[in-house]
Amino acid sequence: MSKLLEVENLWVKFPTRNGVFDAVRGVSFSLGQERLGIVGESGSGKSMTGRAILRLIRPPGMIEADKMELEGVDLLGRSEREMRKVRGQQISMIMQDPKFSLNPVMRVGAQISEAYRLHAKVSKKEAKRKAIAMLEAVAIRDPERVYRMFPHEVSGGMGQRIMIAMMLIPDPKIMIADEPTSALDVSVQMQVLEIMDKLVKDRGMGLIFISHDLNLVSSFCDRVLIMYAGRVVETLPADKLHEAQHPYTRGLLNSLPRLDAPKERLDVLQRDPAWATEESVSG
Amino acid sequence: MSGIEIEGLNVWFGEYEERVDAVKNAKLSVPKGGSFGLVGESGSGKSTILRAIMGLAPTWSGKIDILGKPVETPRSRDFYRAVQMVFQDPYASLHPRHSVDQVLSETLSLHGFKDIDTRISKLLDDVGLGPSFRFRYPHQLSGGQRQRVAIARALAPEPQILLLDEPTSALDVSVQAEILNLLTDLRAEHKLTYLMVSHDLAVVGHICHDIAVMQLGEIVETLGVEDMRAMRTEHPYTKHLLESSLQSAAR
Amino acid sequence: MSLADTQKPGLRGWLLTDTPTSRRHARAASLYQAWLSLKGNHMAMLGLGILIALVIIAALASVLAPSDPFIQDLSLRLTPPIWQADRDPAIEGYILGSDSLGRDILSRLLYGSRITLYIVTLVALMAPIMGLLVGTIAGYAGGWLDVILMRITDIFLAFPRLILALAFVATLGAGIENAVLAISLTAWPPYARIARAETLTIRNSDYIHAVRLQGAGPMRIITKHIWPLCISSLVVRVTLDMAGIILAAAGLGFLGLGAQPPSPEWGAMISEGRKFILDHWWVATMPGLAIFTVSLAFNLLGDGLRDVLDPKDGAS
Repeated sequence: MSKLLEVENLWVKFPTRNGVFDAVRGVSFSLGQERLGIVGESGSGKSMTGRAILRLIRPPGMIEADKMELEGVDLLGRSEREMRKVRGQQISMIMQDPKFSLNPVMRVGAQISEAYRLHAKVSKKEAKRKAIAMLEAVAIRDPERVYRMFPHEVSGGMGQRIMIAMMLIPDPKIMIADEPTSALDVSVQMQVLEIMDKLVKDRGMGLIFISHDLNLVSSFCDRVLIMYAGRVVETLPADKLHEAQHPYTRGLLNSLPRLDAPKERLDVLQRDPAWATEESVSG
Repeated sequence: MSGIEIEGLNVWFGEYEERVDAVKNAKLSVPKGGSFGLVGESGSGKSTILRAIMGLAPTWSGKIDILGKPVETPRSRDFYRAVQMVFQDPYASLHPRHSVDQVLSETLSLHGFKDIDTRISKLLDDVGLGPSFRFRYPHQLSGGQRQRVAIARALAPEPQILLLDEPTSALDVSVQAEILNLLTDLRAEHKLTYLMVSHDLAVVGHICHDIAVMQLGEIVETLGVEDMRAMRTEHPYTKHLLESSLQSAAR
Repeated sequence: MSLADTQKPGLRGWLLTDTPTSRRHARAASLYQAWLSLKGNHMAMLGLGILIALVIIAALASVLAPSDPFIQDLSLRLTPPIWQADRDPAIEGYILGSDSLGRDILSRLLYGSRITLYIVTLVALMAPIMGLLVGTIAGYAGGWLDVILMRITDIFLAFPRLILALAFVATLGAGIENAVLAISLTAWPPYARIARAETLTIRNSDYIHAVRLQGAGPMRIITKHIWPLCISSLVVRVTLDMAGIILAAAGLGFLGLGAQPPSPEWGAMISEGRKFILDHWWVATMPGLAIFTVSLAFNLLGDGLRDVLDPKDGAS
């Protein structure tokens, strides 16, 4: 399997009044044409890792890494201008809430075709044709009608599918999805995930799926990195999640209430300070 | 004796053409000391029922009885001593410029308690926060700690009924377990009646004995937790919800 | 998370703690942290420094001023500042020159700072408090009360500010107190608008619902819960508006409707200097520079305060 993305010893640092705060501390992983899940609780650095790949950390935050390469080409040394070409065209990102990612005063279709025309020199007509095809690909039933709608007229699930359509239209090599379904209801969640899964598979893309939901990630991804306090504490094939060794992963799994296995009290995660200091696992 | 008795409850927003019916003809009954769950997807009207009980919904009709007595509009102070609510988002439910101490002492003095100092220490103990948290501001607390403060505030007037509006949905799973355990303990200790709203069937199944499933403003089915676990349900929507939630948990 | 949690010793450590031990301690600690972030903003500190200097100058004007601001000496009228080449070297004093009646401009400026400070303080007290009252009541009550209060506000807003102030002064009579009153009466509507807008978002937040569920009445909610959140944005707005207020006072002075001669109000001084501006530039320029400096100082401070006090940042 060819490596799409390689990250070695990635650090994200924020200088604060009380010293430097390390949000991500020495994370290494590689991504092929696969679905890689990054799981962790809030503050674990999972979102920061995703943003750091696109170099979307705002100053004074700093990104440091021994290596960060997209198909063997360095990402760290590129100028901001070159990075803008990478974003969207080669690596695209889907955020948590579609409400905040779509421009509220622009029609949905216009946003998608504009995203396409930014990257490919085609006529407006051609862009529209492609946008409608893309809306169809994300299982939107009446794409012509949705093309003319404003973002506030679409539901959360449809909004997220529109975002996926918009992000996939320039044919990126890697997609980073940061909690793409957390704002959605359970039943809609499945639908969106299935669409994302199908598109990623068909196009041979690499997917980085960032989520707090262990079960969701394990069912949806091929491999899982578990992050804690800015480090990767464990990496597992997704179907082996229930054989996880690290006490943190085990603790997370056990702390979930389960419909099929009721118990009087839930197990509470006992945090060990050593987890935060031990070496990051590379995955 | 019944804790909460609701019948024919309608809640709507706006008037005439703009009228949106959020809750339609809802009926539910929670015995005193019981725990009842409302589940449904966003926009199904489950939180609106809680708001209607607390007097936060502007327009409603129907019957709401609390501890055997119909509610008054506006709600009396006695009502608020008997019924309290915990909000969904602990980041939004605490005043950003009030310390834990201010929040609790204001609540206690509003309800006319005298021994405020000892009560604050007791409340903080009850929710598993030590005295060191007393003078902190919300920005110095984590999400779970904030929610504990919100629970302490709700417990301050020594209510008999606690309405819980998705109390853990904004929290991490490990913190969720702590808060759910806390709620279980508090109910046993203070003999509380719970009415809980959640989109997470596993959470509701953990806390509640009876569950009502809501869809588009209507309660489509009410069933016991054992029936729910065993998938003994009649309504197709309940089945669908159960399946998607078991699917996402079991895989 | 992984911030090195080193407890610093001494007063600084006591002030920076995350675990305060009493009400006073908690308050002191949060004030100190606000001060630290304000201190990090150099421009705001510059502004604050200038304003502190203004207060000191106003307090010590009688000591600092080289001569009486009202003493006239027509033989020395329109003396240029000390560095001007065309000045008669035999003349002593008059560092910044003298005006058309031979009064020392520097002394007049120093005494004038008292009037400026007086105007600024009174307006800063009156206008925002009026605006806060009207805005929060309108925003929290809603309904017809909101409509009435906000339409009144709109009427005030519809007039050009200086013209309205002129009308007030014309009816009340010229003079510094009336100028202050007139400026306050024209300055409150924007504050009412801000306070109302803030109230509208705050009143639907869960923490307001939560105190309502404790049986708190509207008075308590407005004064204890809404005001503390509105005040910070008003303070910012006031400091940013201060420049405009000083200029409005100067403008009234300039038109002869504010401070009356021989009072050394800066606007009135410019007005006097206007007649000589081509040949004797310093008469109008010196008070102009003073107004400019103080206005700038308020703006700088306001900008810094906005970063520190903005409740939207402080909330999370």
